Amino acid sequence: MPEKFDVIVVGAGPAGTSCALVCAQKGLNVLLIERGEYPGSKNVMGGVLYRKQMEELIPEFWKEAPLERPVIEQRFWMMDKESVVQFGYKGLEWGVEPYNNFTVLRAQFDQWFAKKAVEAGALLINETVVTECIVENGKVIGVRTDRPNGEVYADVVVLADGVNSLLSKQLGFHKEFRPDEVALTVMEVINLPKEKINDRFNLEDNQGCTIEIFGDSTKGNLGTAFLYTNKDSLNIGVGTTLSSMIKAKLKPYDLLDYLKTHPMVRPMLAGGESAEYLAHLIPEGGYRSVPKVAGNGVVVVGDAAQLVNAIHREGSNMAMHSGLLAAETVIEAKYRGDFSESSLNLYRQKLYDSFIIKDLEKYKDATHTFENNPQYFKEYVPMMNKAMSKFFTVDGTPKRDKQKEIMKSVTSERGTIKVIQDIYRAWKAVK
Amino acid sequence: MNFDEYRGVWIFIEQNDGKIEGVSLELLGAGRKLADKLQVPLGGFLLGSGIKPLAKQVIAYGADEVYMVDHPVLKQYRTESYMQGVMLLVEKYKPEIILYGATPNGKDLASAVATDLVTGLTADTTMLDVDVDSRLLEASRPAFGGNIMATILCKKHRPQMATVRPKVMKALEPDSGKVGKIIEESIDLKEENMRTKVLQIVNDVTKKANLAEAHVIVCGGKGMGDVQNFQILYELADTIGATVGGTRDVVEAGWLPHELQIGQTGETVTPKIYFAIALSGAIQHVVGMKNSDLIIAINKDPNAPVFDVATYGIVGDALEIVPKLIQQFKQLQSEKGGEVSYAREI
Amino acid sequence: MHIVVCVKQVPDTKIIKINPKTNTLDRRSAPAILNPYDAHAVQAAVSIREKTGGTISVLSMGPPQATAVIKKSIEIGADRGFLISDRAFAGADTLATSYALSKALEKINKEMPVDMIICGKHAIDGDTGQVGPGIARRMDIPPVTNVIEVSEVNLEEKTVLIKRKLSNGYELIQAELPCLLTVEKEINQIEYSPMPNMIKAARYEPVIWAVSDFENVDRSQLGLKGSPTIVGKMFTPPRPEGGKKIEGSVDEQVNQLMDILMEKKDVLTLQSSK
Ligand SMILES: Cc1cc2nc3c(=O)[nH]c(=O)nc-3n(C[C@H](O)[C@H](O)[C@H](O)COP(=O)(O)OP(=O)(O)OC[C@H]3O[C@@H](n4cnc5c(N)ncnc54)[C@H](O)[C@@H]3O)c2cc1C
Ligand SMILES: Cc1cc2nc3c(=O)[nH]c(=O)nc-3n(C[C@H](O)[C@H](O)[C@H](O)COP(=O)(O)OP(=O)(O)OC[C@H]3O[C@@H](n4cnc5c(N)ncnc54)[C@H](O)[C@@H]3O)c2cc1C
Ligand SMILES: Nc1ncnc2c1ncn2[C@@H]1O[C@H](COP(=O)(O)O)[C@@H](O)[C@H]1O
Repeated sequence: MPEKFDVIVVGAGPAGTSCALVCAQKGLNVLLIERGEYPGSKNVMGGVLYRKQMEELIPEFWKEAPLERPVIEQRFWMMDKESVVQFGYKGLEWGVEPYNNFTVLRAQFDQWFAKKAVEAGALLINETVVTECIVENGKVIGVRTDRPNGEVYADVVVLADGVNSLLSKQLGFHKEFRPDEVALTVMEVINLPKEKINDRFNLEDNQGCTIEIFGDSTKGNLGTAFLYTNKDSLNIGVGTTLSSMIKAKLKPYDLLDYLKTHPMVRPMLAGGESAEYLAHLIPEGGYRSVPKVAGNGVVVVGDAAQLVNAIHREGSNMAMHSGLLAAETVIEAKYRGDFSESSLNLYRQKLYDSFIIKDLEKYKDATHTFENNPQYFKEYVPMMNKAMSKFFTVDGTPKRDKQKEIMKSVTSERGTIKVIQDIYRAWKAVK
Repeated sequence: MNFDEYRGVWIFIEQNDGKIEGVSLELLGAGRKLADKLQVPLGGFLLGSGIKPLAKQVIAYGADEVYMVDHPVLKQYRTESYMQGVMLLVEKYKPEIILYGATPNGKDLASAVATDLVTGLTADTTMLDVDVDSRLLEASRPAFGGNIMATILCKKHRPQMATVRPKVMKALEPDSGKVGKIIEESIDLKEENMRTKVLQIVNDVTKKANLAEAHVIVCGGKGMGDVQNFQILYELADTIGATVGGTRDVVEAGWLPHELQIGQTGETVTPKIYFAIALSGAIQHVVGMKNSDLIIAINKDPNAPVFDVATYGIVGDALEIVPKLIQQFKQLQSEKGGEVSYAREI
Repeated sequence: MHIVVCVKQVPDTKIIKINPKTNTLDRRSAPAILNPYDAHAVQAAVSIREKTGGTISVLSMGPPQATAVIKKSIEIGADRGFLISDRAFAGADTLATSYALSKALEKINKEMPVDMIICGKHAIDGDTGQVGPGIARRMDIPPVTNVIEVSEVNLEEKTVLIKRKLSNGYELIQAELPCLLTVEKEINQIEYSPMPNMIKAARYEPVIWAVSDFENVDRSQLGLKGSPTIVGKMFTPPRPEGGKKIEGSVDEQVNQLMDILMEKKDVLTLQSSK
C-alpha cells in the first residue's frame, strides 16, 4: 500500500523548502520531492537573498548558512555604449548584524536550506520528477512521479515547482504565459580571485556589492542586467521579456556576450574564468498574472504562483514568505481536518494581506508601461549619458548655458509634451 | 625488518597458454634500467604448468635470473594458487622491488600478495624511477582523474611493489645470446583444496582487441560536430585500412561504443600511425596514445594541446581536409588501376 | 543468502578541478558521489537477491557524510547499511582500508554469516582496485575480480558460476561460497529506483561504528599509521614537445601530408576503389 503523508511539497526551491520546514517543525509528516540531483543543482538566481524573510524561518541563519557576501553597496548604472551614469548607496551598517541582504550561490544555499528541513523531520527525495497530481472527485489526493511504483498520497499537495509550474497548469490554475509575462534571463558565474574582486569593487572581505545595469546592457530593450560579487566569483546576467527578445530578434547568449565584452563591464571581469552558464525564466507578469493559488487539497507557492517583483528583483523572499503562509494554512487545515478549497483559501487571504500581493499590486502597471514605451530604455539612458558628459566636460561654457543646452536637446529629441508624459507615466507605474 | 636482506628487481612474467604477455616484456625493459641503477640483478618470475621453455625468452628480453614454479594446478591463473607460488618465491629470495603488469590478473595477484606480505602496492603506474641513495622505488601514476601525477613511495616496507600499465614502457630488443640463471622451486598444491575452478576460457576478438592491435588508427573527437560528420572518418579509415577510435566525449555523445574509446579510461594504443582529428588532446586522452610512432593532428585551434604531442600538426578544418585526403587516396588507387594494394604488416 | 557490498564515497572525477598552483583538489568543484562501480555492485546484489532471497548489507568507511552513499545504496535496493567512521581510519591506503573493512566484516559476520562480498572493480578517486582482493585475503575467502556476470548461484552446493573479464575475452569460473567479487560496469545497468525504495532511503539511518566498537583491533594497522604507501610529490605530467606544423593552403597541407603518409605506405592497406 503506497504511503500517505500529511503534506507533499513538489520542488525544493526557496518556496517549497520553507513550506516543508515549517510543516515539519510542527510535526507534520512531510515529503519534499525535488527533480534535481540535489536541491539547488538546477536553480538559478542572480543571487541576492533578503535577510528578513529568511530570518523568520531560521533566526540568525547568517551564522551558519553558506552565504557569499553581505551586500553593503548597491549601485545602479544607466549605461550607454561608451559611458555610464551611476548612482548608488554604500553603508557599513549593512555589513554588520543583522545585515540587510546577502549574495548567495543557489546550488549551495538551497542544499543547506533543504538540509534544515530534513533535520526538522521532512523527508527529501531527489532526482524524482512529479509528473502529475492525482485527482479524485475533484480533489487532489497525491502525486504521480516518474519512478516505478511512483504514486504517493497526502492530504495536501503544495506546488512549489517554479516558474513553469506544469503542475498548476495541468490543474487549470494557469494559462500558458504570454511572452510579455516572463523574462528570459541568462547568467554566468565567473571565478575570480577574492583579492581582485575586493580591488575592483572597492570592498573588503565579507563585503559585497550589487550592480543593476539598465540601458545598453540589453541593447536598449526592456530588461536589466546585473553584476553581483560572491566570495571568489562574480554573477553576471542579463534578461529581457520574451516579447522584447522576440521583437528585437535577440539571442539570450549573444546578449550576455555583448554585456561581458562591453567596455564598461569588461575590465571588471578581466582574467576571470567562466565556471557555469545558466538560463532561467522569471515570472514578470506581476499582480495581473497571479493565478488561482488554492484548490481542493492543493496550494501553489513561490514562482509557481508568479510571485515576483520584477522592478525590485525580489523573488526568493516572496517565495519563502508564501511558503510560510501556505504552511500555516496547512497546519490549521490539519487541525480542522478540512483540506477543501474553502479551507485552504485562507492561504490566498494571507497572501493578499501580506507585503507580497501589496507590492505586486503597487507595481502592477510597471512592466506594462515600460514594455509599451521602449523610449525609457532606448532613448532616456543615452540622453542621460549625453547630458552628464556635456555637463561635466570643462570647455569654458558657463554651467547655466550648459543646462539650457541639455534641456533643449532632450526636448528636441523627444518633444516637451512627450517628456512630461513619460515622466508622469513612469511615476504612476512605480509610485 | 632488515632492508639489506632485500635485493634485486623482479618482474612478474604473465603467461597465458605458454605465451608471455606483452606487458611483461615491456616491464623487463623498464626493470632492466632500475636494476642497473641499483646495481642488482633483474629477475623474472613465472608460474604455470609446462612453462620451462619460456625461461630463455625471459632472459633474452633482459632478465639475469628466472624463477619458476611449475605445477599442474597452476595451469590457469587463479589468485589462490598463484599467490601461494609467489609468496614462496618472495619469502625465500626477498627482492626489493616487484613489478606486475596492470592486467586483470596482474592487478589481482599483486593486491592479494601485498596483503599477505603487508607491504605497499602502487596501482597503474605510468612512470618508474628509483632513487639510488635511498633505494626507493618512485612509482608515479595519474591521480584525481589524470590531471596530475603523484609519485608514490613505500619507505618502511619491503618489497616495494607496483602494477604498471601496459604499453607505456618499452621492451628491449631480444638478445638470444644472453645467458642467465634459471631457478626452479617446487610447490605442494592440491586441486581439491582450491576453492575456485576455471571451467572455460573464451577468447572473443572484439573490436577492442582490433584497436589494441591496429597499425593505423583514425581517432576522432567532439570537434567533428555531429555523428553524421563523424562518418567521414570511417570513410578515411576504410580507404587506408585503419581502425576508428574516439575520445571520451565522442563516446559519451553516443557516436561510438565504449570499446572504441582511447585514453586513460579507455584503451591504450601504440599504432604506427595515429590520426588525431578534431580532438583537443586532453591529458586523459594523450596518455592513451602518446606512444604511437607517428601522430598526425588536425585541429582548428592552433593552441590545441594535441599539437604538443603530434609529430605533424595541421591547423585547419577537419571537415575540409579529411574529404580531400580521402579523395587523394582514392585517386591514387584508381591511378594504380585498383590492382595494387599494399599488404598490411603482420 | 547474506551479501555485503562495500561502497565508497568519492569525488566526482568527471568534474573535478585541480588548483594548478598547489596541485591540490578543489573540493568545491567536486561533489561527492557513490563510486559508480559500487552502484553496479549493489545492483548486482539486488539481482542475486531476486533469485535467492536474503539480505543485502552495505558497508562503507569514510567521514560522517558518507552516510549519503549508504542511503544511495538503499535507494538501489540494499536492506541496511553500516558506516565505519573514526579519526583513526583517516589517511588509509588500500592496505589499511582492507584491514579496517575486514574488522567491520568480522563483526557483521558474527551477527549474520556472510555468504558473499561484492566490491566495485575500483574506486574512481584512486583507481587502484586493490581493496577488494585485500579484503578477500584477510577474510580468507577466494576473490574473483573483474566480474561481468553472475550466471548461477547454487545455495545447496554453496557455489556460484561467474564470468570474469580478461584482457581479450572472459573466463567462466566456479567459486565456493563465501567468496568476494569485484564487478565491472558491464555486469548490469542501474535500474531507476522505485518510489518505496526512495522513501525508505530518505528515512534510513545507517549504523555508525567507531574503532572502539570492534574487538581485537591492532590500531597500528589503521589509517595513516597502517599505510605503507605515501605520496611523495605531485606534479603536472610533462608535456611532450610538439612536432612540425604543416603550413600552407588546404591543398598544400593535404599534399604535404600525402607525401608523409606515402613514406609509410607499407603500413597502409589501400583498398582498390570500386
Ligand atoms: C537570473 C535570475 C536572477 C534572480 N535574481 C534574484 C535575486 O537576486 N533575488 C531574489 O530574491 N530573487 C531573484 N530571482 C528570482 C528567484 O530566483 C525566484 O523567485 C525563486 O527562486 C523562486 O523560488 P521557488 O521555490 O518558487 O522556485 P524555484 O527556485 O524555481 O524552485 C523550484 C524547484 O522545483 C523543482 N521542480 C520543478 N518541477 C518539478 C517537478 N515536476 N517535480 C519535482 N521537482 C520539480 C525544481 O527543480 C526547483 O528546485 C532571480 C531569478 C533569476 C532567474
Ligand atoms: C577521470 C577522467 C578520465 C578521462 N578519460 C578519458 C579517456 O580515456 N579518453 C578520452 O578521450 N578522454 C578522457 N577524459 C576526457 C578528457 O578530459 C577530455 O574531456 C576529452 O578527451 C575531450 O574530447 P575531445 O577532444 O573529443 O573534445 P574537445 O575537448 O571538445 O575538443 C574538440 C576539439 O576539436 C577542435 N575542432 C572543432 N571543430 C573542428 C573542425 N571542424 N576541424 C578541426 N578541429 C576542430 C577544437 O578546436 C577542439 O580542440 C577523461 C576525463 C576524466 C576527468
Ligand atoms: N573506504 C571504503 N569503504 C568501503 N568500500 C571501499 C572503500 N574503499 C574501497 N572500497 C571498495 O573497494 C573497491 C575498490 O576500491 P579501490 O581499491 O580503492 O580502487 C571499491 O569499489 C569498493 O567496493
